[in-house]
Amino acid sequence: MNMQTTTRLTAAETALVEAFASQIGELPGNGAVIGTRDRLLDDLKKAGLPTRRIEAWHYTDLKTLLRMVPEAVPASVIDPVAALVEGSSVLSVLQGAADARATVEGVQIEAFKEKLADGSAAAGLTALDKDDVIGRINGSFVRDGFALAIPANAEIEEPIELQALHAAGQVHTRFPASFGAASKATIVERHQSVADGAALVSSISDIALEDGADVTWIILQRQGAADTHLGQIRVNLGKDAKLRLFVVNAGGKLVRQELRIAVEGEGAELTLRGVNLLGGDSHTDVTLVLGHNVPHTNSTEIIRNVVFDKASGVFQGMIRVAPDAQKTDAKMSCNTLLLSDEGGFSAKPELEIFADDVVCGHGATVADIEKSHLFYLMARGVPEKKARAMLVNAFVAEIVEELEDEKLVEALEGVISAWLEKHA
Amino acid sequence: MLEIKNLHARIAEDGTEIIRGLNLTVKAGEIAAIMGPNGSGKSTLSYILSGREDYEVTEGDILYNGESILELDPAERASKGIFLAFQYPLEIPGVATMQFLKVAMNEQRKARGEAELTTPDFIRRVKEAAEKLKIDQAMLRRPLNVGFSGGEKKRAEILQMALLEPKLCILDETDSGLDIDALKIVADGVNALKSPDRAVIVITHYQRLLEYIVPDSVHVLYKGQIIRSGDKSLALQLEENGYADIIGEAA
Repeated sequence: MNMQTTTRLTAAETALVEAFASQIGELPGNGAVIGTRDRLLDDLKKAGLPTRRIEAWHYTDLKTLLRMVPEAVPASVIDPVAALVEGSSVLSVLQGAADARATVEGVQIEAFKEKLADGSAAAGLTALDKDDVIGRINGSFVRDGFALAIPANAEIEEPIELQALHAAGQVHTRFPASFGAASKATIVERHQSVADGAALVSSISDIALEDGADVTWIILQRQGAADTHLGQIRVNLGKDAKLRLFVVNAGGKLVRQELRIAVEGEGAELTLRGVNLLGGDSHTDVTLVLGHNVPHTNSTEIIRNVVFDKASGVFQGMIRVAPDAQKTDAKMSCNTLLLSDEGGFSAKPELEIFADDVVCGHGATVADIEKSHLFYLMARGVPEKKARAMLVNAFVAEIVEELEDEKLVEALEGVISAWLEKHA
Repeated sequence: MLEIKNLHARIAEDGTEIIRGLNLTVKAGEIAAIMGPNGSGKSTLSYILSGREDYEVTEGDILYNGESILELDPAERASKGIFLAFQYPLEIPGVATMQFLKVAMNEQRKARGEAELTTPDFIRRVKEAAEKLKIDQAMLRRPLNVGFSGGEKKRAEILQMALLEPKLCILDETDSGLDIDALKIVADGVNALKSPDRAVIVITHYQRLLEYIVPDSVHVLYKGQIIRSGDKSLALQLEENGYADIIGEAA
């Protein structure tokens, strides 16, 4: 008996198929790119949006949660905003269209649209596995973004900000970034809504660190209260490469942030820190799939979540240690401050270890504010509301401070306290 | 300044009665020592005075300058001038010490209708007070009490007390865990605050601290009641003979 594979499409699935049809001939790309887009859209149509029955999407049933997809409205006029960190080189992508004139000294920059047009982007437009709906959506619809290449040995002093701003509608962006051997740079990938009205945003960053590269990559997601944000980063770490990856979610209605990281060079080091500020009736999912694939690498992952209102959050952290990846050292923790009876957080840490000489661990906690801490602050005259705000702030500030770069720490703490002031 | 009348209090969670009909009066300008064996209710009394929610007052009253404070939360009591130096000061990661001091000082000023401190004025005050207590500037740059040694934590408590200028200071076993040099520094800090309009309650196990902070009155707490009051000679008597005699008499 043959199972019927093409079940009825949901409203959101139909809208995606129609959006694609309406943009045929309009989406940039040569023959190879168009062929790839068609294939990805076809797979999307066949598989549909994932449901809770798909393991990787168990806590984020996209088929149910993504009720509608806004129309791909034509580009609105949006102005860039001030950089998160003063002195940064800003590369703006406004309503999905990159500012083609942008330059950064010492860095090769190309609008991603050009790479679609000449076909050099085709090979990267892939789904990573059969459940990679973000890869499919982004590959089908991506219009622009920036491709960055930091040359070997280059030290880029000021941060480079990828500033993706949008109003309502659909925005699909891509940011391939390669960091040459022994290069050093800080990138701020910023996604922000600047107007009301629902948006569907997908964005993928392909990050490759060659031997000895030392990179700080910040993702700051501040989408609007009606927006869906589907983010993915694909990371490859070479020998002795160092990546500090810092993910801040402080917005959006439905957010999935996938971190797919392959540690491929001996001596490589990953520091992942995440701050999820969850409020309203939002749903935010951070999913990490980390492969330690060679010996002598290490990683630490700390995720801090603050849950208000009816918000729900998810952290899935999968660490795979390959059979010959001896001497891997990986530590993962996920701590949640649950400040509302109606909110919730699900943490699913997973270790798959095929090597026998490794140090790997994980831990998860969910708690309310420590009562004795609250009493201590209040006993010094700090009113309850303010004391609570200080303690919530402290819970996340503790890991922000690890960034060390004072300007960056200050800027992120500013974002966090502004969010808390609005929601607490 | 402080009048505790027939106070009964229990642990909110399990109803265990700790304070059982306690009476105590402390006048402005007075230094009162409260001594007693382990488990007599000394720390509980300090928490109840500062308003910790884990305890419930079931009977009696606490009057501070003639007004009951039972309905006030810890922050309100603090801004009225009640200060508890904790036996075990808490480490609070992520809260910067300087920021905490500034917020505490300014919130208390706001609650009293006073103008907030300017940053230079605030820094000057902290610097002066820290120097007197031999507190290193590096310590003030750390998160609140995080990684401080036992002695550093106690000194940090006295620093907070000096900056907040409370009217009723409660020192809960401030001498525990201090070596003799640190004890002297802390005692000097407390003595410097002595004034006719300020009262100090010193809770301690041992006579040792009272050699440096000389009390006007000494009270023995046992099973949640004051069973004996006297002058500083009572503390010496306890040091020599232990609590057994007095407890025996009271029973």
